[in-house]
Amino acid sequence: MNRRLNRLAEELFVPHRLVMIAVAVGIVVWAALSMRWHWIPRYSDLALQGIWRTLWLLALSCLIGFALAVPLGLAQAAGPRILAVPARAFCTVIRGTPLLLQLWLIYFGLGSLFPQFPWIRESELWPYLRQAWPYALLTLSLSFAGYEGEVMRGAFRSVPGGQLEAARSMGMSRFAILRRIWLPQALQRALPTLGGETVLQMKATPLVATITVIDIYSVASRVRQDTFIIYEPLLLLALVYMVIAGLIALAFKLLERRYNRGMVM
Amino acid sequence: MFDWLYALWPGLETSVNLLSLQPPGWGGNLLRGAWASLQIAAGAFGLGLLIGTFGALGKIYGGPATRDLLAVYTTVVRAVPELILILILYYAGTDLLNQALRAMGQRPVEISGVVAGIAVLGVVQGAYATEVLRGAIQSVPRGQLEAARAFGMGPVLTFRRVTFPAMLPLALPGLSNLWLIATKDTALLAIVGFSELTLETRQAAGATRAYFTFFLAAGALYLVMTLVSGRVFGWIEARYRRGQVAQ
Amino acid sequence: MRKFALLATAAFIAAAGMAQADPVRIGIAAEPYPPFSSPDSAGNWEGWEIEIIDAICTAADLDCVITPTAWDGIIPALVSGRIDAIMNSMSITADRLQTIDFSDPYYNTPTVIVGQRNMEMDATPEGLAGLVLGVQVSTIHQTYAQTYFEGATELRTYQTQDEANQDLAAGRIDATQADSLALDDFLTTDAGQCCELKGAVAHDEAILGAGVGAGVRKGDDALREAINGGIAAILENGTYDEITSRYFATSIYGN
Repeated sequence: MNRRLNRLAEELFVPHRLVMIAVAVGIVVWAALSMRWHWIPRYSDLALQGIWRTLWLLALSCLIGFALAVPLGLAQAAGPRILAVPARAFCTVIRGTPLLLQLWLIYFGLGSLFPQFPWIRESELWPYLRQAWPYALLTLSLSFAGYEGEVMRGAFRSVPGGQLEAARSMGMSRFAILRRIWLPQALQRALPTLGGETVLQMKATPLVATITVIDIYSVASRVRQDTFIIYEPLLLLALVYMVIAGLIALAFKLLERRYNRGMVM
Repeated sequence: MFDWLYALWPGLETSVNLLSLQPPGWGGNLLRGAWASLQIAAGAFGLGLLIGTFGALGKIYGGPATRDLLAVYTTVVRAVPELILILILYYAGTDLLNQALRAMGQRPVEISGVVAGIAVLGVVQGAYATEVLRGAIQSVPRGQLEAARAFGMGPVLTFRRVTFPAMLPLALPGLSNLWLIATKDTALLAIVGFSELTLETRQAAGATRAYFTFFLAAGALYLVMTLVSGRVFGWIEARYRRGQVAQ
Repeated sequence: MRKFALLATAAFIAAAGMAQADPVRIGIAAEPYPPFSSPDSAGNWEGWEIEIIDAICTAADLDCVITPTAWDGIIPALVSGRIDAIMNSMSITADRLQTIDFSDPYYNTPTVIVGQRNMEMDATPEGLAGLVLGVQVSTIHQTYAQTYFEGATELRTYQTQDEANQDLAAGRIDATQADSLALDDFLTTDAGQCCELKGAVAHDEAILGAGVGAGVRKGDDALREAINGGIAAILENGTYDEITSRYFATSIYGN
């Protein structure tokens, strides 16, 4: 602990860094005093709701997307052609089209089909089909699955084949090999990339505001429209996203440290 | 010619008519938008490469202050969503430019959508390109650089003859990824009102209410762009890897 | 010789500075807003408002260029100088008057609620309680709905009125609040058969404004007076009525 603190102090208290930190603090103080922040108390409730919505959309879409990505990657790495080809096609289409377009296609495109099928309104799903967040969650999950499917494909392929052959020769069943050897090592190799991809997914979440989901970006837009203040909400918004990105990076670093314990790379 | 198909699938004929290239079909508009998207993406990619080259060199050979400033630049751009960056750069950038022009006594200038889009996306691409190029330059075997120095080659000559050709195959996968990101990020410019493929699609869909048709068509156009780009980059990579150990 | 060249350059620059006025960039929303402004398949803009803009500019002898801009950022675009005027059904409200100036109003129509045919509702907070209302972002309708309806009614904000109408036709929202002319146009379409007019909202001049006018930068009196002159001219010489008669059944000038 002392060693870490020493190293931190060494890196921080170098002359040019001290000057930069002083300048940064100066900018923050000037911004706090000279820019207009009177709108914050009025919108704080809405802002917290927006941040919560951003966070759970991010977390849930990453979990669901990853759950889909593992079979997609596996199908491409080991599967028969009848599974591998559709998986590859899915990943290619998702990675080849912009997320904004996918969002609008799924929300407005499906919506334009509703009037043709009036029985939809009577069905059980209608309360969910009415709201916007299910579509946002679906699109974000499919998008994450498409990108991570590629990552998992590479990760599955990178596990040394010798280990799998040895396991097979010892009589382990295919499922046991997957569970005990292939999947854990693939996950460990993919972890750094997954951290980066989660940050990218966070950067994609503001787009859901265009399909009427109230996330933190749409709250900032509302502040901008109500008060006509342009920069301050956007700057605060950028800060919020930087904090979330930092937390994600920290979380993955801890995860990597735990996972890599005792593993040979 | 396709009457049997149209009879089988009602609605297909209207969709095909909507997409036809001549007015009153909107196909021409979509293709124009796709061309604008390609231009913006190409310009942003090029600008990003330029910024990235200077950034990478600065991060490797620059002084401590330069390195820290560049680290702040890349961290901020990689942590803040592109949409927010586009909005901030668009408003702040044109504001500052017009204020500077007004201070000099000139009229505020109209920046076309394409130029503004290129500038904004280029700054975003520059941060990513810095990281890609830095990784690639640092992967060039040090022995080659030392040998060049021993031969008395100056820094520019070393870069031109030794570093650049050796780094290019290492950077190409990352750069092709950046190009794909650039083409897809142009869609975000629709939210700021720049005329490119996604905005044209939304206008067409809004005017005709055929949302499904037009968004699918736009998706197909983007897919074509990415697949063709993938092929082109694969060909470039194969050319530059000639003579190297097979990957 | 050098002195002469220098003098000539200076004179040229001075002359260029005193040259004819640059074109006036009139900002309209890049998103379609029928029947006022919508793009056709060749990329040209058409609609009642586009024709009125042309008529006013001709009458005021201005060289106007239609500049589509995202509706969401159109006031910042005006303030920062990217466009010189906004003429796209922007209502004159006290809030907006703090940031920009307006010309005289050139039309004034009531704000109405359009809702699903099979639902009971009227254009009051009680009538809309428990329902889902869609409005376009950055409009007086959003401000009005947030002031009067928020809380009892769920509000959904859309980037364009078209998308709100689309969701209304799909059944995702129960009603939408917008300008009566824009919604009249929607009700005549196939998709609009789902719904009917439910009534006009209680008027609130502070929020709904005193009509639609052209927005200009604060202090840009020259342009404002020119546009006012143009509006007065086309009202007098019948151009306004002629254009209106091709789109609407009655005059929409208001007062």
